Parts: sequence; C-alpha cells; structure tokens
Amino acid sequence: MEWLIMERWSPYVVGFGIGLLSWVTFLLSDKAIGCSTAFSRTSGMIERLFRGARTEAKPYYKKFAPSVDWEWMLVVGVFIGAFLSAELSGQFQGQWVPTKWAETFGNTPFTRWIVALIGGTIMGIGARWAGGCTSGHGISGTLQLAVSSWLAVICFFIGGVATAMLMYNVLS
Amino acid sequence: MLKTLHERQGMQLLFGLLMGIVFGFLLQKGGATQYDIIIGQLLLTDFTVVKIMLSAVVVGKIGVHLFRGLGMAQLHPKSGSIGSTVIGGLIFGVGFGILGYCPGTMVGAVGQGSLDALFGGIVGMLIGAGIFSEMYPKLERNILNKGYFGELTWPQLLKKNHWAVIIPVAIGIAALLFVIDRFAS
Repeated sequence: MEWLIMERWSPYVVGFGIGLLSWVTFLLSDKAIGCSTAFSRTSGMIERLFRGARTEAKPYYKKFAPSVDWEWMLVVGVFIGAFLSAELSGQFQGQWVPTKWAETFGNTPFTRWIVALIGGTIMGIGARWAGGCTSGHGISGTLQLAVSSWLAVICFFIGGVATAMLMYNVLS
Repeated sequence: MLKTLHERQGMQLLFGLLMGIVFGFLLQKGGATQYDIIIGQLLLTDFTVVKIMLSAVVVGKIGVHLFRGLGMAQLHPKSGSIGSTVIGGLIFGVGFGILGYCPGTMVGAVGQGSLDALFGGIVGMLIGAGIFSEMYPKLERNILNKGYFGELTWPQLLKKNHWAVIIPVAIGIAALLFVIDRFAS
C-alpha cells in the first residue's frame, strides 16, 4: 500500500483514474462529474436563511433548487478525499499564502486573501454564466463531445492564461 | 437494473459522496489541488493540469461511448450559446487566473489545508453564485440565449458516427501529450 502514502502520482495515472471514475458516474448514477452547481445550491441555502421563501421564488433557484443532491455530495467527497490523500502523505498543513504567490507578491496573508476573494467571486459568476466549470465542461462535457464544453474550456484557458500572465509578468 | 438504481435517492447521495472522495483523492495525488501547479499551468510552465485533463477525457470518452452503445449509459451534453458559453467562459477564466484554483480543485485545496482556498475562494465563489442568481433574469432575456446552439455534439455537427470523431480526437490528444512531454516539461 506504499502508493497510498506517496506524495505524487503521475498525471497520466490520475487522468486515467478520473476517466474510469467518469464511467462509474455514468453507469451507477447517470450523472457527469461537475462541481459548480453545488455552489449555487449552497449560496441559495444561505440566502434562504435570511430571505426565506422569497429565495426559492427566484427564477434561478427554480432551475437549481437550493437543496442537497448527488453533485453536492460529490463536492463534499472531494474535500474528504483530498484530505485523506494529503493526510496519508503527510502533506496536510494549514497555509495562507502559496509558495509561488509568496515569491512574487510577498507573504502577507491579507493580500492573498483579498485577491482570492475577488478571483473566487468572478469565477463564481463565470461558472454559472457558462453553465459549468473545469470539471463539468472541462472533463465531463468534453468527453461527451459536447460543442458547448469544448468552446467553454478553450475560453476558460484563454481567460486564465491571459490573466495569470498579466499578473505575474506585467503587474509584478 | 441500472435504472432502478438511478432512482434510489438515498443510495445516490451515498454514491455521490464516495465518487467525490475518489475524485478528491486523485486530484490531490496529481498535485491539481495546489496553487503552484495550477498557476504554473496558466503561466505555461507546468503542464500537469492539462495532462490530467486530457488523459481523463480520452479514457472517459471511450468508455462512456462504449457503454452508451451497449444501452447502459446516456449522454448529458450541456446546451450552449455564444452569449453564455463564450462570455461566461472568459469571465470564468479571469476569475480562475486571479484565484489560481478552479471550483473542484479549490474544494480539494481546502482538504489539504489551504486557507486562501477556504476563506478566499469558497467564500468568493458563493458570493459570485449569489450575484449571478440576482442577475439571471436580466441576463437570460438579453445575453444568455444569443447565438444559441443547444445540446449539440461534434458528431451531430459534423454528421459523422461518434467513433469517427472519438478515434481521431484520441490520437490527436495522444500526439499533443507526447509533444508536451517531449518539449514543454
């Protein structure tokens, strides 16, 4: 069981594993792997705590009800699975500022937090706007040969590469 | 038999959790839950993320289409439009670049202890999803359906058998991975 405590597996082994996992999700659950709808549902659940029934009347939440479903549980599982993997390899560690960020922008947690918050907000709007994220479009949609997903993933990377290059090569 | 399994809701929630655990475990083992690796991909200095995604797509599409041919699985392609897919995709990309995690890898990053992913990424993404739900009625009327093309797949668009698309794309991806491995890392 040595491989369970390894820090890193080959990206091809991991990709192969995710590919096999997608067979299982289609066969046993009739579902494709995806992560971003769960955030809409959670956001709706939080909004409902403050606004009650008015939240459920919003057109968007009529489409994506603020409730726990298969994908929501999948996202909880991702957290647990990553924790298990990191814990087994001794990599679990509380960290505010990633190494590469610290090398370029310094190791102040506040700066990293604010930027991550802004990035997360924009990404949240974009994921729902495009109807999926790097899992739902990037892996599940492309493997189904969906035109929308190939187009989406190309746009994800155009936007992502341009933004990262701007931050690291121009602004820094 | 599979159909009755799909309808068992409690069981499906458990399946979702178990499949998520496998997914998160794989992402962490691959390094895809680390900011340094993801931002390295966007700066085109580390191709781990693309290698994971493309190999998953090749393996996934062969199996899923085989099972579909055997009547054991159904496809669920997402519908798309220029207004939603392209504009939304570019907005997503900007956020992805600023944050340095995508939604799934961000949750995995929290599992390995990344606090920026928890207090920045997750909180931000929930705010963003909330903002979108406010904007949705207006966006739907004015932008999201512009250039609508629906649940179109490449085989439908090209009027070809799906294997006539799957096999060349798989070969193309394999060639691309070979080139990346040879020259970019």
